[in-house]
Amino acid sequence: MVAKGFVMKKEFFEKILIYGILLLWTFICLFPIYWTATTSFKTAASVTQGLLIPWLDFEPAWKGWKNLGLSPDTIFTESNPREEFLARFFNTAFISSTASALAVIMGSFAAYGLSRFNYKFGFMRNPDISFFFLSQLILPPVVLALPVLVLYRELDLLDTHIGMILIYTLTVLPIVIWIMRDQFNAVPIELEEAALVDGATVWGGFFKIVFPIVLPGLASAFILCLILCWNEYFLAALITSTDAKTMPVMVASQISSQSIKWWNMAAISLALCFPLIVAAIFLERYIVKGMAAGAIKG
Amino acid sequence: MSEIKQMERDPLYVVSPSYISPKTKRFGKILVWSSFFLMSIIGIIQILYNLEKINFGFNNWRPLLYSYILWAIAIGYSRVLIYGERGKRNLFIFPAVMFIISIVIFPMLFGLYISFTDWNLSSLDGRKFNGLDNFYQMMSDPYYWNSLKNMIYYILAVLVEFAIAFLLALLLNSQIKGRKFFRVVFLIPLMLSPVAVSWMVGKSMLEQRFGPVANFARWLGWETPTFFSSPEIARLTMMCMDAWTFIPLMIIMLLAGLQALPKEVLEAAKVDGANKWTMFKNIIFPIMLPVSLTTLVIRIIFKLKLADIIIIVTAGGPGGATDSVTSFIVREYRDRSNVGYGTLLSFVYLILIIIFMTILIRFVNRWLQRAS
Repeated sequence: MVAKGFVMKKEFFEKILIYGILLLWTFICLFPIYWTATTSFKTAASVTQGLLIPWLDFEPAWKGWKNLGLSPDTIFTESNPREEFLARFFNTAFISSTASALAVIMGSFAAYGLSRFNYKFGFMRNPDISFFFLSQLILPPVVLALPVLVLYRELDLLDTHIGMILIYTLTVLPIVIWIMRDQFNAVPIELEEAALVDGATVWGGFFKIVFPIVLPGLASAFILCLILCWNEYFLAALITSTDAKTMPVMVASQISSQSIKWWNMAAISLALCFPLIVAAIFLERYIVKGMAAGAIKG
Repeated sequence: MSEIKQMERDPLYVVSPSYISPKTKRFGKILVWSSFFLMSIIGIIQILYNLEKINFGFNNWRPLLYSYILWAIAIGYSRVLIYGERGKRNLFIFPAVMFIISIVIFPMLFGLYISFTDWNLSSLDGRKFNGLDNFYQMMSDPYYWNSLKNMIYYILAVLVEFAIAFLLALLLNSQIKGRKFFRVVFLIPLMLSPVAVSWMVGKSMLEQRFGPVANFARWLGWETPTFFSSPEIARLTMMCMDAWTFIPLMIIMLLAGLQALPKEVLEAAKVDGANKWTMFKNIIFPIMLPVSLTTLVIRIIFKLKLADIIIIVTAGGPGGATDSVTSFIVREYRDRSNVGYGTLLSFVYLILIIIFMTILIRFVNRWLQRAS
C-alpha cells in the first residue's frame, strides 16, 4: 500500500516535471512574439515602462500599425509606408516562390536521375555527382558574395528580381536534392518499369507515375525552400538596393537607423514574421516532414 | 563478366532499340557548335568594345548571358539528338549541373583571382595583382584569428543546444496531452527571420533599460543587466539567440528519429524492468546515434554560416568578441572596402570548413561503424 502510494506520487511528480518543462519552453518560444505584438500597440510611455499586459497595464493604441498604414482608420487612406511595405512584401513573395519553384523543378529532376540511372561523366559517377550537389550545402554565402556581386554588375543583374531568383535557387537547390533523393528511393522501381513496358517514355513515366506519388514530399521541399528564401538576408542585402529589395533588408535598414520608433519596428518585424507563423500553424506537417526526411536515412 | 554488367545496369533499365541516323547526329553537333560560335562572337565583340578597340558593342554583358543560355539548351537538346534514349536520361541532371557550374564555379574561379589582388574600392588604382601579400596580412591579422576562435566557441555551443533539443524531443515523444500544440509552438522560432529576431530579442527584449529580460534580471538581483558590454556575456547572448532559432530544427530531426525507434525493443526492455535512465543510456541513445550525429552535422553546417544576427545586433562588438568569420569579412568589405583581402579571407575560411567537415564526417562514419 505504501509502496503503491509512493509509485503514484513519483509518477505524479514526473508528470508535473514533464509538463513544467514543456510549458516553460512554450513560454520561451512564444514570449518574444507576444512582446513584439503588444509593443506594436504601445505608446512611448508604455514602452519605456516595460509594461506587459494590454488593457490591464496599458491602453492599447494602433500606434505601430498606424504608421505602417495598416490600422483600421488608415487602411483606406493614402499611405507611403504602406506602399513601400507592400512593394517589399510582394518582392519577397515573388522572389522566394519563383526561386523555390525553380529549385524544386531542377532539384527533383536531378534527384530522380540520380536515384534511377547510373551516370558517368569523366571520372564522376553517381556518388561523386551526389556529393557535388550536396557539397554546395556547406558553401558559406560569404564566399560567393563578392564574386557574384562583380558578376552581377557586369551582367546588369544587380537589384533585379531575376538576379535574386537565380542566387536563391542556388542556395536551396542542394536541400531539394537532399530531400527528394530519399523520396524517389522510396518509390519502387517496378512501377515505372511496368509503365515503360506499356510503352511510356522515361520522362512520361516520371510525370505520370512517380510525380503523383512524391507530390507530398515535393510540397514539403517547396515549403522549406520558401521559408529559407523568405528569411534570407545576407545575399539580399548585398545584391538589392531599391527595385528588388526584400522585406528582411528593409527591416534591417530600419533597425540600424537610430531614430526609428519602437512601435514601428515592432509592427514591421511582426509583419515580416506573420506569414511564416501562419504557415507554421497550418503546414506544420509538411515542414516537419521535409526537415525530418534527411535525419532518418542520413 | 555478366555480374559486372549487372552492376553497370541502371536501376531503372530501359531497352531502347532506337536507331539514330548520322544525319540527326550531325545536326546535333552543328547545333552545339553554331551556338557556341555565336557566344564566342558576342564575347569577343564585348571584350574588344570594353578595351575600346571597336566602337560598337553592348551596354553590358547580358547578351553573352543569353547566348550562354542558348548554348546550354543546345547542348541539352543535342544530347537527345546524338545519344537518343541515353541522352534523355542525362537531361534529368543536366539542368542542375549546368546551373551550379555556371553560378558557382565561374564566380569562384574569378573570386580566387580577386583574392590574390590588392583591390580597394575606395582607392582609385583599381585592382592589381599582389601575389601572397594578402595571405601574409591574414597571418598577422589578430581579428581574423579571433573570429575563427569565436567560431570554435559557437560550434561547441551546438553540444548544449543538442542536449536541450534531445530532452525536449524525448518529452514530446512521451505520453503527453496536446502534443500537436507543443509541436507547432516549438516549431515557430525556426520560422522567424533572423532579421526580425535580431530586433525582437536582441534589440528590444534585451534592451538594458526597459526590456523585459533586463527587468527580469534586475528582479533576480542583477543590478546592471547589460547583455552586450562584456565580451563573455555578449558572446553568450549571441549563442542563446542563435540557439533559440535553431533548437526547433534539432527537435524535429531527433523527434523523427525517436518515432522511428523499434517498438518491440522498447517494450522488451520495459518488461525486463529497466528504469528510464538505463533504458535511455543503453537502448535509446545507442539506437539514436546515427540520427543524432546527422543532426549535429547539419546543425554545424548552419552554424558555420552564422552571420545575420551578429551583423545586425552587435556588428561584432565589443572588440570583436562576438564576431563570426562571415560578419568579420562583411565589415572588411563594407567599412574598409578591402575587397581583395576580404575575398582571400573568405576562401581561407572555405578551405578550413572543407577540411573540418571532411574530418568530422570521416570521424562520424568511423564512430558509426564501430558502434554497429
